[in-house]
Amino acid sequence: MVEAGQPVVQARGIVKVFGQHRALDGVDFAVHPGEVHALLGENGAGKSTLIKILTGAYQPDGGEVLLDGAPVRFSDPLDAQRHGIGTVYQEVNLLPNRSVAENLFLGHQPTRFGMVQRKVIEARARELLAGYGLEIDVRAELGSYSVAVQQIVAIARAVELSGKVLVLDEPTASLDRNEVAKMFEVVARLKARGLGIIFITHFLDQVFEIADRVTILRNGKLIGTKALADVTATDVVRMMLGKDLAFDHGGVGAAEAVQGPVRVEFQALGRAGKVAPFSLALHEGEVVGVAGLLGSGRTEMARLMFGVDAADGGAISVAGRRVSIRNPAQAVTAGFGFCPEDRKLDGIFGELSVRENIIIALQAKLGWFRALNRDEQNEIAGNYAEALDIRAADHEMPVKLLSGGNQQKVILARWLAIDPNFLILDEPTRGIDVGAHAEIVRTINRLREEGLALLVISSELDEVVAYSNRIVVMRDRAMVAELSGADIAPSVIVAAIADNTGAQA
Amino acid sequence: MRRGNWRAALLRPQFAALAAVLLINWLLFPGFFDITWQEGRLFGSVIDVLNRGAPVAILAIGMTAVIATKGVDLSVGAVMAIAGAVAAVLVTGGASALVAVAAALAVGVLCGLWNGVLVTYLEIQPIIATLVLMVAGRGLAQLVTEGSIVTFSDPVLIFIGTGSLLGVPMPIVIAAVLAIVATLIVRKTALGLLIEAVGVNRSAARFAGISSGLLLLLVYTFAGFCAATSGLIVAGDIRGADANNAGLWLELDAILAVVIGGTSLLGGRFSIPMSVVGALIIQAMNTGILISGFSPEFNLVVKSGVIILILVLQAPMVAQALRKRFMERISQ
Repeated sequence: MVEAGQPVVQARGIVKVFGQHRALDGVDFAVHPGEVHALLGENGAGKSTLIKILTGAYQPDGGEVLLDGAPVRFSDPLDAQRHGIGTVYQEVNLLPNRSVAENLFLGHQPTRFGMVQRKVIEARARELLAGYGLEIDVRAELGSYSVAVQQIVAIARAVELSGKVLVLDEPTASLDRNEVAKMFEVVARLKARGLGIIFITHFLDQVFEIADRVTILRNGKLIGTKALADVTATDVVRMMLGKDLAFDHGGVGAAEAVQGPVRVEFQALGRAGKVAPFSLALHEGEVVGVAGLLGSGRTEMARLMFGVDAADGGAISVAGRRVSIRNPAQAVTAGFGFCPEDRKLDGIFGELSVRENIIIALQAKLGWFRALNRDEQNEIAGNYAEALDIRAADHEMPVKLLSGGNQQKVILARWLAIDPNFLILDEPTRGIDVGAHAEIVRTINRLREEGLALLVISSELDEVVAYSNRIVVMRDRAMVAELSGADIAPSVIVAAIADNTGAQA
Repeated sequence: MRRGNWRAALLRPQFAALAAVLLINWLLFPGFFDITWQEGRLFGSVIDVLNRGAPVAILAIGMTAVIATKGVDLSVGAVMAIAGAVAAVLVTGGASALVAVAAALAVGVLCGLWNGVLVTYLEIQPIIATLVLMVAGRGLAQLVTEGSIVTFSDPVLIFIGTGSLLGVPMPIVIAAVLAIVATLIVRKTALGLLIEAVGVNRSAARFAGISSGLLLLLVYTFAGFCAATSGLIVAGDIRGADANNAGLWLELDAILAVVIGGTSLLGGRFSIPMSVVGALIIQAMNTGILISGFSPEFNLVVKSGVIILILVLQAPMVAQALRKRFMERISQ
């Protein structure tokens, strides 16, 4: 591990503001030559914003980027690449239908008299890839190789073009165990060559395997930079998830609340490659919290429950009766509601009015011919807007003009309007202002008291602890623990999430 | 059009454009607004605009629903040719007019269903999916007519294209009835809202429990039905089925009518009546250029100029700027 000397690339006091939202707030970050530096954080923590600033895709609103100690301002990623910073993304953005050699030298082919020298390119490509321990036919189409090989080709190209800093943005997300090992060999070689490597992932075990230091961001703020030799997986998870962690005096009040009969039951529901089969029963008046890191299978579990993805096997019953849920329409008919994590993509109808956004699920449930008339729509929209304190000047305004918190409340109102049996909330408080945040937590508690069964996925541990009767922990696409009673505490959850992470691969 | 907004609706640029085109027509040809009663039906240039505009207006009614779902149907012109060919061949073969009409409409529905299946279940992009039938459809129509123009003298089919009801030419009656019925259906049932929801955000529609597949199937089928109706009118008008030329390029006029009417190609909010207004603007321009004595080649150039003007006026930025100017003038 190299700590001494000058960082090859450094960010100082970076601030980036999008509208009202501070995506990055005074973040410091430095990578030394010959170092693998992991960058961790949940969705919305600011990882990708920071990377985009380092690679010139965004300009910072405050602070500065230094390259070899000198302040720089990259106009775009190509400019950053010319200065030595190359990036490889999870999705390989090369040309699958051209040869490996062409992909390596595209845009800077060695030419003689304006003609591309195919033989020269191929020889140099072979030589280059041999340096990465890759002996393949460079004349074959890139697309004919596995994703891992394509990733390594992308890395080779990025290093060839830049050569000082390599940003690996979730390079292992679609690789299997052997491929990850191969990728890590390549990373180790590059590290030995003195490159500064920034490694973004949400696999903790991989961080401990390959990285020297880790920087953790949360909600746009720097939480800390640590040498991995000095920390445990539990420390890292705590830094990623904890708020101003007043550990171990979580609100256990909810856990002791009286539960009614079983409302919905999922038995051995699963889908190959997404989530291992899991079983879970939710009672009336119960909130089950779901904890787990990004990519742990928490969202995938919710999608199976709601029929967004079809399950391979398993059964679902509502109040003791078997139901078939193979698409969301059937889930809605069964009285399920789902507030998705990505509000903009899967939640709101931006151009439609607040009123229409609220009544749409009920209307879908009623069908084409039992149309709610305008008075009924106004009444429903008005009632729920008032109950949830939705701040809109007018219920006829397009919902896209509302703040994130109010949009989230509109989606919540949409599901309350169908009088649901069971409600799934995926990160209901992410990216919304403090006031709306409190309102949503209050609403969750109120719905529980009214006898609804809720499943709430959240990375805010303090919050999950405060309103959950039970907590299930997801790790590596499987449900690994179920906590109740006194176990509902941030420290126990963190331990369950971090458990064995070193042993997994 | 939404409740209580009639006055605001009449201030829309489309109505101003229609009025302007009609005014120019009147300046070029002072007798433009004259309407006479001859042989038990209305005659006059304005009636002619409505009558000639009816086929595109009918196509535009179906096209509006398709475009509202973020789709497009390029095949409607070809479907017109197929429907006309089917009706003509059946009546010349001795079938009754009723059977011929029903068969033509059924074929239109089948064509629409085909498009809908390609778009919904095979998830082919609408522009490509309907391009298939746009190209193949004319071939099909020619196979039906065996390559010749099939003329007929069946009074019922001819009546559809040239007859009149209470003095109003049949194409106008059919277009008006279709426009009113379609508008009532989408606005009195939940179909309108659900179609808009699917067009605005298909993923969110899925999460909200809307079965978008059935809706898409329905709108493409309806577009096919409208195209067949239009095809019957055109065939009745020329008393024959011309597989090569019936409905040629009319899909583009229909798309244009919808866009002029204010429905975005990105899907979402739609208005069937405004699309009909769009079709009338297009036809009023065509008629104006014809009666003014300019050569028809002018038609395309003038048309594109007017269209650009209408689209610019509709752009949110321009609308905002105009509103600001207007408010400033009031406050002075």
